[in-house]
Amino acid sequence: MSNPRTFQIQEISAHPGPVPGQGTRREDEVCKYIDVTTCIGCKACEVACVEWNDHPFRETTFDDTYQTMPSTEWNYWNLIKFAEDERDGNLMWLMRKDQCMHCEDPGCLRACPADGAIIKYENGIVDFQQENCIGCGYCISGCPFDIPKFNEKTKKVYKCTLCSDRVGQGLEPACIKACPTGCLHFGTKTDMVQIANTRAKQLREQSGFVDAGVYDPQSIRGTHVIYVLHDLKRPERYGLPANPVIPPIYTYWKWLAKPTGLFMAVLGVGAVFFHRIFYGPKMPQPEDIPEVETRPQDEIEAARKEQP
Amino acid sequence: MTNGYIDIKNTDMMLIMGSNMAENHPCGFKWPIEARLRRNAKMIVVDPRFTRTAAVADLFLQIRAGADIAFLGGLINYAIQNNRIAKDYLVNYTNAAFVIKEGFKLPEDGLYSGFDASAQTYDKSSWNYEEGGNVGPTPAGTGTGGVSSGGNEQKPAPTQFEKQSPAVKSQSSTPPPTRAGAAQGETGRGTGGGHQAAGPVGAAAQGGLKPPPMLPANTAYDLSLQNPRCVFQLLKKQYSRYTPEMVERITGVPKEQFLKAADMFTSVRKGGDMKKAGTIIYAVGWTQHTFGTQIIRTAAIIQLLLGNVGRAGGGVNALRGHSNIQGATDMGGVFDILPGYLKVPSPSDVDLAAYLKRTTPTPSKPGEWDSFNYWSNSPKFMVSYLKAMYGDAAKKENDFAFGYLPKVDRNYAWAELWDHMYRGQVKGLFAVGMNGVAIGPNSQKNIDALKKADWLVVGEIYPEETSEFWKSPGITPEEMKNINTTVYRLACAGFAEKDGSFTNSARWLQWKYVAVPTPGIAKVDQEVVAQIFLRLRELYRKEGGKFPDPILNLSWSYTTPENPSLSEVAKEINGKALADITDPQTQQTIKAGQQLPGFAWLKDDGTTSCGNWIYSGSWTEAGPQLARRGTEDPSGLGIYANWAWSWPANRRVLYNRASCDPSGKPWDPERRQVWWNEAQQKWVGNDVPDFKADSNPKDHMGPFIMNPEGVGRIFGPLAAFADGPFPEHYEPMESPIANPLHPNQSNNPVAKKFTSDLDKYGTPADGFNVVCTTYRLTEHYHYWTKNNPMNVQLVPEPFVEVPAQLANKMGISGGEKIKITSARGHYIAKAMVTKRIKPMMIDGKETYQIGIPIHWGYRGIAEDEGKTALTPVNLLSPAAIDPNAYTPEFKGFLVKIEKV
Repeated sequence: MSNPRTFQIQEISAHPGPVPGQGTRREDEVCKYIDVTTCIGCKACEVACVEWNDHPFRETTFDDTYQTMPSTEWNYWNLIKFAEDERDGNLMWLMRKDQCMHCEDPGCLRACPADGAIIKYENGIVDFQQENCIGCGYCISGCPFDIPKFNEKTKKVYKCTLCSDRVGQGLEPACIKACPTGCLHFGTKTDMVQIANTRAKQLREQSGFVDAGVYDPQSIRGTHVIYVLHDLKRPERYGLPANPVIPPIYTYWKWLAKPTGLFMAVLGVGAVFFHRIFYGPKMPQPEDIPEVETRPQDEIEAARKEQP
Repeated sequence: MTNGYIDIKNTDMMLIMGSNMAENHPCGFKWPIEARLRRNAKMIVVDPRFTRTAAVADLFLQIRAGADIAFLGGLINYAIQNNRIAKDYLVNYTNAAFVIKEGFKLPEDGLYSGFDASAQTYDKSSWNYEEGGNVGPTPAGTGTGGVSSGGNEQKPAPTQFEKQSPAVKSQSSTPPPTRAGAAQGETGRGTGGGHQAAGPVGAAAQGGLKPPPMLPANTAYDLSLQNPRCVFQLLKKQYSRYTPEMVERITGVPKEQFLKAADMFTSVRKGGDMKKAGTIIYAVGWTQHTFGTQIIRTAAIIQLLLGNVGRAGGGVNALRGHSNIQGATDMGGVFDILPGYLKVPSPSDVDLAAYLKRTTPTPSKPGEWDSFNYWSNSPKFMVSYLKAMYGDAAKKENDFAFGYLPKVDRNYAWAELWDHMYRGQVKGLFAVGMNGVAIGPNSQKNIDALKKADWLVVGEIYPEETSEFWKSPGITPEEMKNINTTVYRLACAGFAEKDGSFTNSARWLQWKYVAVPTPGIAKVDQEVVAQIFLRLRELYRKEGGKFPDPILNLSWSYTTPENPSLSEVAKEINGKALADITDPQTQQTIKAGQQLPGFAWLKDDGTTSCGNWIYSGSWTEAGPQLARRGTEDPSGLGIYANWAWSWPANRRVLYNRASCDPSGKPWDPERRQVWWNEAQQKWVGNDVPDFKADSNPKDHMGPFIMNPEGVGRIFGPLAAFADGPFPEHYEPMESPIANPLHPNQSNNPVAKKFTSDLDKYGTPADGFNVVCTTYRLTEHYHYWTKNNPMNVQLVPEPFVEVPAQLANKMGISGGEKIKITSARGHYIAKAMVTKRIKPMMIDGKETYQIGIPIHWGYRGIAEDEGKTALTPVNLLSPAAIDPNAYTPEFKGFLVKIEKV
């Protein structure tokens, strides 16, 4: 993985023309393996993530749970989600490490209108390039896992990088390094899928979890973060979508919505032009001006402030 | 730990009880996970709460806090009733066959024989083996009455020992050739006598009045285990009362669930097969009770019964609560022991000879068997220790300066010290690296005790509760003016700012290096201690005093006396030769001034010095063994013999002789630790044999070489334990029910409660009807990470875990502030309403448990920002202490809950 060619750019958001060097070679895809069944929710991965990425400490408040905060944040990319899950009198305390899934078909990238703001490497890592981000937030609605988060101050969007800086140097991501139980592994997608399948088989055959399996949703052509779950039939128990999809508007964005929009825009300009030619300018009619009710200035200010 | 963290990967079965290992030892927890992944090992977790450990277990049972002995006793009963026991192991490696004296009585009414109600102690003379050799029907001897066929108990198969029919061994064997670590033979002291097993200080102090009872030299035994007074029959009888129904009544664990767990755990001995091994893992969830030591005893009995001790993947494994708490205990950081678990002198020890006579055991065993009785070397350890302490001032003529050692005349345990201070008898306190007020128990008493002290010295890295006791919440400015305690606050060094060694739970000494320099005026501990000592010595030198000699003659020969280097201290602890010494067998010579290779070289004539005999071998002429970083593991058992250094003698699994059958072959050929090599006539192996290296299996030497019996103690004779030779279930000092086994003797009769006006104990009749337990979180470490923003970010404020059913009943919602009150104080925090604690039926009564993490007080980030109620949790806990280890009962006391 220290081979720099892994960081051959594969796709660029909203980029006209071909990606430089595209398709020249096939490199190993990387993958993070998360065995939910041996995760103890110790949060070492959370701390490692904050420290490696130099994120500031956040003020948190007690929220009736062991979970650090309700969801990942623009500067808190790795969060263990705790769920007390009781069915048929059988209590399970599910702990799932939540972070970017690095989808093979990334919804964020599909949605992004800014050239070069989101790139996906040949090795599968989906990375945000904040210098190109225009802060439109489309990636947020494009993500089926609710991962990208907006920073109000910088007006840009952030998420887990799969430690592309570390991976580029042949190191594992910080969360993997910190995991004390070994429920996290990092390697090639092929190897991780194999380990995951072996573990799922063991859970089915030795531990009585007949529905155990590997979460690697094919609806988005798989992910570069895969989970071993006790119950693959009901991933919602862990807060995972059973069948994650990119909102259709973004899937169609490039080949339908975008050209259509462009066409409509050209049409509009043409219509204006021809309207001017055929009907001439529209002149104001004095009797048409309505009585405008004037509001005091401070009331207008107050109304403005109320808006988020 | 008898074994070690890594060794857990070798197990087939885990019982994690009294420990929340995943949360409190997350790095060690990789090995239970490894066992599950690689061996399909099963994990049973028993805890008052569904913890993060329970979340990854195969089976979780919710137990009432403080009901552990009932559960484990039920397990013993189940194993015996279902014949899931290791018969050969039991007969040969434990005292199951030993016959107990007539007059010994089991505690059917809650009391063992010999109880003295006025003194609240036991006369333990009946808790002893009978003298007399073989009294069983087996050929090795003649029966002397009292032998019965024992009902339906299946007769064990002839043992290896019987097949060999060895000759009667001489009791004083000559020391055989040794290798480093496999130590020498007996010293020849006190032959034919007996041994008063280690007991509490109080018992020792009475020694001057009448000679203490001794263990017999030639114990009576019955290898058929049929004698009604043999340990096995007594054990069977004792725990026959612990039926699954009784277990359910006391513990709240439904009978079916208990049976499932019992079946699972004992399945390693299904059909008597010895290949598999099971481990028991515990922590302070067991020790912090008024019967804590006995809970651990129960686990030891189970493991001996199942033949799990000494084996890879087996053992009784204590997970220590701090990075170096094992080191603190090893180095004598407890009032009743000296370094290396030598006993502390008592006033009755008028001279060294008297002390050694009292503390050096002589073998007590069936005459035909052999016993290494390693503590017979105590004189060598003690004299070498005195040489390390007092150097040239320790001479043969002056008893090696034995008179310099303090004679401990009473109990100076933690809770006692604070009680003495509260009563105005202790005038000053050094609190370095510990936060006495927050630790508790009964913190208000500790705060009030400090008000009465003349001075307090606190060495810390943060401002904390102890040094600021004088402005603890509730103290008025008027009251503050009346506090005359002078508080000295010393800026000390944090763990990353000092070098030295940590001894972990696995008994590994690991050297560490300074990561960052101390900030500002902060000083490392040894500099603080040295500066105080040097000034004190100067004062004694100038002004004299009642007895200046121990101070003036204390050995302090460090290169930089005012700030000794810890490597010099470590070398001193390892020990060196003071004169040329030669091993008569190997002719190897250690020259004067050289580091000793191990404790086998220690002498009782003053020619060796050693600060702690069990650490001897950690820093040899070959260099600091404790700094080794070899990662070779040829056996694949995770022994890593070249990584750091493990006491004793770099052995990784204690009692590993017991991993072999009596003939010296491993019980499991796939997990070979040590074995008898017939050709070489010695014990060899992947691990260092924890045994006399050349003891032929035919001689039947017991694997438990630290016991005078040579075998594991299912029955703890004489003064071994203050509260009984077998564990008995007693209720916590504050309990929702009367003990169903014997309602008239509900509590441990010899556990101590205090009598000051602040020592109050609650009952259900007073409205205290909820069982409360306290614990740590994985996100915090004791009382100091509340000052670290990273930890505070993960868990920002104190909370109380409340069962959802109880919350519903009381109308409490999650996040709402609630007030917890005990007979001693109150605690306010937000409620965490959870499904992970269920209501329980205890003796037919619906009972609730709550849990409180301990980490907050009145100084810290959240505290200083005004986000908490500034109530340390130990305002709630009672000062009631275990009679053996003197640990307070932080788990399982009574409270009531109100909405704020």
